[in-house]
Amino acid sequence: MATSTRHDLPVASPQERKDQFEKQVAHLMDRLYGTALRLARNPDDAEDVVAETISNAWKKLDQLDDCAHMEGWLFRILHRTFISQWRRRQCRQDKEVELEPESGDDRFSLFEKLHQPFLLWWGAPEKEFINTLLQEDIGKAIDHLPDAYRVAIVLVEVEGYSYEEASRLLGLPLGTIRSRISRGRCRLQKALWQQAHDAGLANCCSQPPGTRGGDV
Amino acid sequence: MTESWISCEEVVERLVDYLHQELDNHTSAEIERHLERCHDCFSRAEFERRLRERIARSGQQEAPERLRRRIREMIDHF
Repeated sequence: MATSTRHDLPVASPQERKDQFEKQVAHLMDRLYGTALRLARNPDDAEDVVAETISNAWKKLDQLDDCAHMEGWLFRILHRTFISQWRRRQCRQDKEVELEPESGDDRFSLFEKLHQPFLLWWGAPEKEFINTLLQEDIGKAIDHLPDAYRVAIVLVEVEGYSYEEASRLLGLPLGTIRSRISRGRCRLQKALWQQAHDAGLANCCSQPPGTRGGDV
Repeated sequence: MTESWISCEEVVERLVDYLHQELDNHTSAEIERHLERCHDCFSRAEFERRLRERIARSGQQEAPERLRRRIREMIDHF
């Protein structure tokens, strides 16, 4: 019954198995690299994360019970690969995020900067702002987040993990994940606002940053 | 039967968790009811939802050809 819908790798010959693995990896390569780049922040490190992920995945391929689950399985390996590298790095570096006090940036809201009451959503400046955002601006804003916020944001906002899954992956309490997502989102919005303002794109808002709650 | 009404402040406070589907069914339903009748909170939720979609797309990036080559060579040696 259930086995008839399974896509087992072991039924294939070793070469077929390898070809199948290569094909699936090639198909997912842009997303694997994109996620690794958001996590690692620079192309060289991202490429190393992807390469280590593929190597780890091949070693563990027998543990994959159904080829249809390959995508989720590969991404979990990628996250674990990055996180173990990241933890090693954190041990050598400071723990600034844990010790960082709450600031005005943690309450920043782009919507509050842009929204004008009485305008309907489809004619509103906040919609205009979203439409003018470039994908590279968003990437840049994520890259500028402190490590701990960035990793939580990538897992939850980019990869769609639940708070509980992110908590398990990172080995952190649920409350810490919730707080990092909330603060990370505010900081991300602040960075987007700053970028838009620097590029002269935030002219739909009449006041400069720092004058309507939160400071730059 | 009494119906509890959630305030705008409470919606703002819980909006991110709501968008991530991290709230219990009862609270989510209360927020949905609020969004149906509060224009400002609806606009805020719509903005946060669209921004979230844009952020999610940032995980897609064209992999460089040298990485694809490196991975192909690696798999050849497995």
